[in-house]
Amino acid sequence: MTDIVLNIDGKEVKAKAGMTVLEAAQQAGIYIPTLCHHEKLEAFGGCRLCMVEVESRGWTSYVVSCLYPVAKDIVVRTRSPKVDNIRKVLIEELLAHAPDAPELVKMAEEYGSDRNRFAREASFCVLCGLCVRYCDEVKQKNAVSFFDNGSVRQIAFVPEVAKKECWECQECFALCPTSYAQAAYLLTEALAFPGQRKTPAKSAKDLALKSRMIPITPVAM
Amino acid sequence: MPRLQSAAELEKYRAQILAGRNPAKPCIAVCAGAACDGMDSAAVAAAFVAAGAPLGDKIEVRTTGCHGYCEKGPNVVVTPGDICYFEVQPADVPEIIAATLKGEVVERLVYHDPNTGAKAVHMNEVPFYKHQTRLLIGDNPKIDPMRIDDYLAVGGYAALVKALSEMTPDQVLDEVKKANLRGRGGGGFPAGSKWETTKNAPEKIKYVIVNGHEGESAAFMDRAMLTGNPHKILEGLIIGAYAIGAQKGFMYTRHDMPLLEKHVRNALAQAKEYGLLGENILGSGFSFDVELHFDVGIFVSGESSALMRSIEGNPPEPRPKYIRTSVSGIWDKPSNLNNVETWANVPQIISKGAEWFTSIGSEKSKGTKLISLSGNVVNSGVVEVPMGTPLRTLVFDIGGGVRDGKTLKAIHFGGAMGGSIPADLIDAPLDFDGMSKLGAPIGAGGLLLMDEDTDMVEVARYLMDFLTKESCGKCVPCREGMKQMLQILTRITEGKGQQGDLERLEDLIQVTGVASLCALGKTSGDPLKSMFRYFKPEYEARIAAGSGEPK
Amino acid sequence: MCEKDIDGIIEKYRGQPSSLIHALVEIQHANHWLPREVMHRVAEALEVPFAQVMQIASFYKTFSLTPKGRHEVHVCTGMTCHLRGAAKLLAKVEEVTGLKAGETDAESKFTVETGACLGSCSIGPELIVDGKHYGRMTPEKAEAVLNSYE
Repeated sequence: MTDIVLNIDGKEVKAKAGMTVLEAAQQAGIYIPTLCHHEKLEAFGGCRLCMVEVESRGWTSYVVSCLYPVAKDIVVRTRSPKVDNIRKVLIEELLAHAPDAPELVKMAEEYGSDRNRFAREASFCVLCGLCVRYCDEVKQKNAVSFFDNGSVRQIAFVPEVAKKECWECQECFALCPTSYAQAAYLLTEALAFPGQRKTPAKSAKDLALKSRMIPITPVAM
Repeated sequence: MPRLQSAAELEKYRAQILAGRNPAKPCIAVCAGAACDGMDSAAVAAAFVAAGAPLGDKIEVRTTGCHGYCEKGPNVVVTPGDICYFEVQPADVPEIIAATLKGEVVERLVYHDPNTGAKAVHMNEVPFYKHQTRLLIGDNPKIDPMRIDDYLAVGGYAALVKALSEMTPDQVLDEVKKANLRGRGGGGFPAGSKWETTKNAPEKIKYVIVNGHEGESAAFMDRAMLTGNPHKILEGLIIGAYAIGAQKGFMYTRHDMPLLEKHVRNALAQAKEYGLLGENILGSGFSFDVELHFDVGIFVSGESSALMRSIEGNPPEPRPKYIRTSVSGIWDKPSNLNNVETWANVPQIISKGAEWFTSIGSEKSKGTKLISLSGNVVNSGVVEVPMGTPLRTLVFDIGGGVRDGKTLKAIHFGGAMGGSIPADLIDAPLDFDGMSKLGAPIGAGGLLLMDEDTDMVEVARYLMDFLTKESCGKCVPCREGMKQMLQILTRITEGKGQQGDLERLEDLIQVTGVASLCALGKTSGDPLKSMFRYFKPEYEARIAAGSGEPK
Repeated sequence: MCEKDIDGIIEKYRGQPSSLIHALVEIQHANHWLPREVMHRVAEALEVPFAQVMQIASFYKTFSLTPKGRHEVHVCTGMTCHLRGAAKLLAKVEEVTGLKAGETDAESKFTVETGACLGSCSIGPELIVDGKHYGRMTPEKAEAVLNSYE
């Protein structure tokens, strides 16, 4: 595969055909924020935080870098007033659900998001789908899934499956940016199959090695 | 019926059908369109059939699809002469039959002008019809949608014969490109260019799709076409498949219209029986088949990539890829999708040519457009006018103006992702680009009148409420942005608007518009944008009143 | 409720994961709701994870995860019906049945639902009971219509 050269934040970046802009940036050590991306999982394009400005043949467009394929001679700007404002508002929308999630709080500082801008509805889940997709794509157990649609969409464990599969796994807990996955699981356990625990619940620390948490290191402008 | 093996056999069969029909024999066409059906036109049709049976061969009764003038249903049209009877009840049937046999007219059931009392007997005299150009829907009263022979009798499948026997696929594509047929589903994107992209895509297997989802609220013209004249759309699809080189087609439509399902299933079966679908169509060597798919009750499934995911059997979340479905769609194969009305235009373009087609319409929007006219209008129904027709003609000459003697406040186009313009823009022409510039893109063609009593904040709230329920919920800006917009709009309508709410809304419109994954989210703020452009003082006043500040 | 029909539908699609939606639609039509136990059988036969069956079944409005009443009352809340007074009609339906939209009464007589435009805008506001359309409804007429159902 030939290398493709593109420009990200003024830097010439080499990438392989078929890579996404996010992958090319990460490889070059350029940080782009994301909540729903995980290297082991198929790109999802749900959180939209990785949106960047792309200039190609004189056209400027806004695309999500986790899905946008690299192309020769495109110019990518990972920050601009418009990109920053998109991230600011998206984070504000998510803070309405999980006002204290550390990852969101950090991003809020970076982008100047006001955690009280929108009406609170502390559901804690931001529906990034990491738990759902990890359980499906990596573990192939489908113990947790999305339910419903639109503004009432939610994730939930399926008791019949969770009962059999989750004891030994619980790997999704560490992926969760808000620790809702663990709470949802424990609730399912308490309601659907209480008192059947054989092994203690794993703490996030046990699983820290698998965590997707990436330290926020903003790129100098 | 043995399969027709060639174009000549089809034309011979058509001649037989026509020879067996007497144009002077009275025919009573009873509309069974969605609105007439809701006014129990089935009972009217049954009464005609019962009363007509003893008369043997003297009279024919035909149940048809939507005639168009839904407001006045149940509709009955008697030929020859296209005599229109409105609001017909089963009790009126004997009188209509008796008059028809004598060549007379039942005066009390014809159109009476509500202001002058003037009568209009024939279709071309009725104000609702006489300002229209009914190229697509005009055949509906002549066709029993369950009978392919009725479609053949009005010249159906002649365009397919022409395409297969006289034209190469490239010539067909060329004609559609020259006709500048623009997609009727909302975008107004040139259909020919889209066909070409799929045709030129390297994969051998290609698909063509009819989008008959029509989820746009207050849009009902596509189902009127698909239920009333399914073969016209099918003919367009087969011609398109031939031009593009597709081996398989999908019709994607609504699950909640039993009559639509029945007619489309039957049309596909009949076309197959006649040899118009399947292997070696009319001996041309071209093979093509169609599968029928249904939505399962959610608006986002009308979005093209979501629709394709749904055909694959997956949840209808829009596909997040930056690659057009015309290159990589269903099962990653090139898939060309057009809506019902776009496909319905194809046969006449092939039969009559691009030059004829481009002689109708405005400079950049050619042909006619089907419009669902409803809301606070006197005459609601399915309307067809040339592109470029002033809205005034639609609203007043055809629509008869605003109901209950009220004045017009706004015209809304394009359903929940459309826009509203104020009454003083009534002279704007119906045109894809012009209406988009005004902030009320035609969309699929749902036109709503709003009268003086309409609360524009409430309209925006209502539309946003609709969209939050219909979104798939996958991406943050659409799911969360709309939820926040809805909350803000709700509190404004409740008189609890806060300082900064308009700025919050503007920020949300912008971010949701840029960052959302699919068209549903991207255009969800459009109605609100048009409101801010034309009706902002109404919003400001409501917030000021709510927060106790002086107006 | 007909177990045989459901088994027939499931068998027809055995081993065809891409027919999941078709299978669920047919079961919904035959049975008017999707019992959890049936969805387990669908998952097993069509070789689809149970969670995915649940995801699809909860995603689409057409599917019901709870039993429905003998009569399904649908109040159209499409745009034209909305402009022509659907809210008052719905209020009356809720008053007469004692149900909110989405609910079924204890005797399983009625299920009340609101829903998207069905394209009969010219005769709105309208009420649809078990698929039969009642056009140009007023709250008074709606009461009479509902009272005619056993």
